[in-house]
Amino acid sequence: MSQLSDTLQSLRSRGEKAMGLFLTSGFPDLDSTLPTLRAIDDGGADFIELGMPFSDPLAEGKPIQRASARALSHGATMEHAFRTARQFRAESDTPLLLMGYLNPILRYGAEDFCRDAASSGVDGLILPDLPPEEGARVSDYAAEHGLNLVHLIAPNTADERIRRIDRQATGFVYAVSVTGLTGSELGEDGSVQEYLERARRLVTENPLLVGFGIRSHDDAMRMSRHTDGFIVGSALINRVEALWDASDPLSETECLEQVRNFARALKYG
Amino acid sequence: MPATTTKDSTAVPDERGYFGDYGGAFVPEILAPALRDLREAFAEAQSDSDFRAELRALLNDYAGRPTPLTFANRLTGELGGPKIYLKREDLCHTGAHKINNTIGQILLARRMNKTRIIAETGAGQHGVATATACAKFGLDCIVYMGAEDTERQRLNVERMRLLGAEVRPVESGSRTLKDATNEAIRDWVNHPDDTFYVIGSVVGPHPYPLMVRSFHEVIGEETRRQLAEHEDRETPDALLACVGGGSNAIGQFHSFIGDEDVALYGLEAAGEGLDGGRHAATLSKGQGGVLHGAMSYLLQDDDGQIELAHSVSAGLDYPGVGPEHSYLKDTGRVDYRSITDDEALEGVKLLSRTEGVIPALETAHAVAFLPELAETMDPDDVLVLCCSGRGDKDMETIAKRI
Repeated sequence: MSQLSDTLQSLRSRGEKAMGLFLTSGFPDLDSTLPTLRAIDDGGADFIELGMPFSDPLAEGKPIQRASARALSHGATMEHAFRTARQFRAESDTPLLLMGYLNPILRYGAEDFCRDAASSGVDGLILPDLPPEEGARVSDYAAEHGLNLVHLIAPNTADERIRRIDRQATGFVYAVSVTGLTGSELGEDGSVQEYLERARRLVTENPLLVGFGIRSHDDAMRMSRHTDGFIVGSALINRVEALWDASDPLSETECLEQVRNFARALKYG
Repeated sequence: MPATTTKDSTAVPDERGYFGDYGGAFVPEILAPALRDLREAFAEAQSDSDFRAELRALLNDYAGRPTPLTFANRLTGELGGPKIYLKREDLCHTGAHKINNTIGQILLARRMNKTRIIAETGAGQHGVATATACAKFGLDCIVYMGAEDTERQRLNVERMRLLGAEVRPVESGSRTLKDATNEAIRDWVNHPDDTFYVIGSVVGPHPYPLMVRSFHEVIGEETRRQLAEHEDRETPDALLACVGGGSNAIGQFHSFIGDEDVALYGLEAAGEGLDGGRHAATLSKGQGGVLHGAMSYLLQDDDGQIELAHSVSAGLDYPGVGPEHSYLKDTGRVDYRSITDDEALEGVKLLSRTEGVIPALETAHAVAFLPELAETMDPDDVLVLCCSGRGDKDMETIAKRI
């Protein structure tokens, strides 16, 4: 059992919804990523997705596009993401996943990447442009180094395909809440619930988490009625961006306190 | 006449969209059903004689096919041979080969009952060709275009608007074709059900490289027939075409891939030179990777971030290339060379002065290679250059640079 599976299972047995939070590595700047990760960890994140910035992030809405471009403009690299992961892992047991696009991984070498990610304390990978048909490019190396490989499903994914993705995924299955990009408006509640109920019925091998468009505790509780938990990315990015770019900014300590409170409010209301 | 189909040209791509190591479909899960539907609809359409007849009629009666194969007698004389022919895609409706593909895809979109059409464009030629086909069929059309390109190709923006399309300038990233393509894919992720994405080159996820190739194969097929009339032989000694994404080149080459005595040359944009980093020579200087849904050669840095391309020609200003070209490079079937901005401008002058044909800056990259290539060929050899587009759209740039 992986650390991630243990965490998700123990939350489930307590009847508690897991909260995953996403932050781009190198955002809001190279030195602030680690303290911000600590803040969301303290704020109650059950696992963390560390985004590996990419020049052409196809599945992202504006907030994560901006965070990615900003991180790259500060000089963020794969090495920086690994270093941040190692530093975080030295202080916390909270499961950490790397989320990003395939090209930088292929450039690094999929095998070397999985080895270095694992040795940096990373628990798993989420790669939105790696469809199940192409999963073998990464999955064997990931398994060899004990990394979970999360796969995604969407509202328009057919039943049989959801079953197949569930068989292929490890760690959890990521249910994209809407037919859209990260940070999209959530759809009409009835059809979203119908989809998540269907996913719940079909995903039997893995925990099921929902993400995209969740902005508040209310959204989170509503969306995770049929899932084991929820993931928030764009709303956190927006919050961090607003704090760091404020015309009359708070001190870093105060900013981090605000981030901690934001995370806590997402989880506990 | 000898059979024209060949092992190579029918063997790729495989059923997963791979040309050797290149191609595939690397897209967010939301697009998986849309790509599956497209693969099925395209396969059905190809085997439907009504579809093929409707497409042929539109290409002939609306787009102006077949395009002539012009003997370039003065250019041939100036270079001292070989005999140079121009395949005149510049005479297609809208001024470039792009319309072959947009009419094909729009017919497919209608067949699939898609009501909303989106496209990306660089120089604007594909955007204009898509807007044109949408006007002809009364479909809504949205074209994503890098904000920088909307400035340097202002006239094409006006043409698209006149044709009823909505042009959305893209401010993200490098504000050019790469980013326009990102935005078009994001639009499709937001609207996978009612929207048809008309991709403008032999790039993107499977089945696009195959589908776009099939709509441009007519270029090479006509060339074979026309050469037989002019020269009493179906195959030339050499074929030349410029390569950005590579759609005109694939269309020109496809029928000849299996004819091993036909030398094939693809000309990429070397921009300000290959050493300085400001170029678009993806096949010469790139490495394999995934962008816009397919594995292919890419211009990228050591960290796998996509690098900005540069070319005086907006249509070649792209850091990727069609996966089939990557395959044809690795197999050695096509010889890919690169041509600088300055050399391309000389190509514009050469063809304009000798033949009364002002080529697009893209096409001029192929023209510019002729003097060098001619020296290695016999005067009796026959060469065909794909004259992929006309230069009217580039007159501001050309006037500034010459």
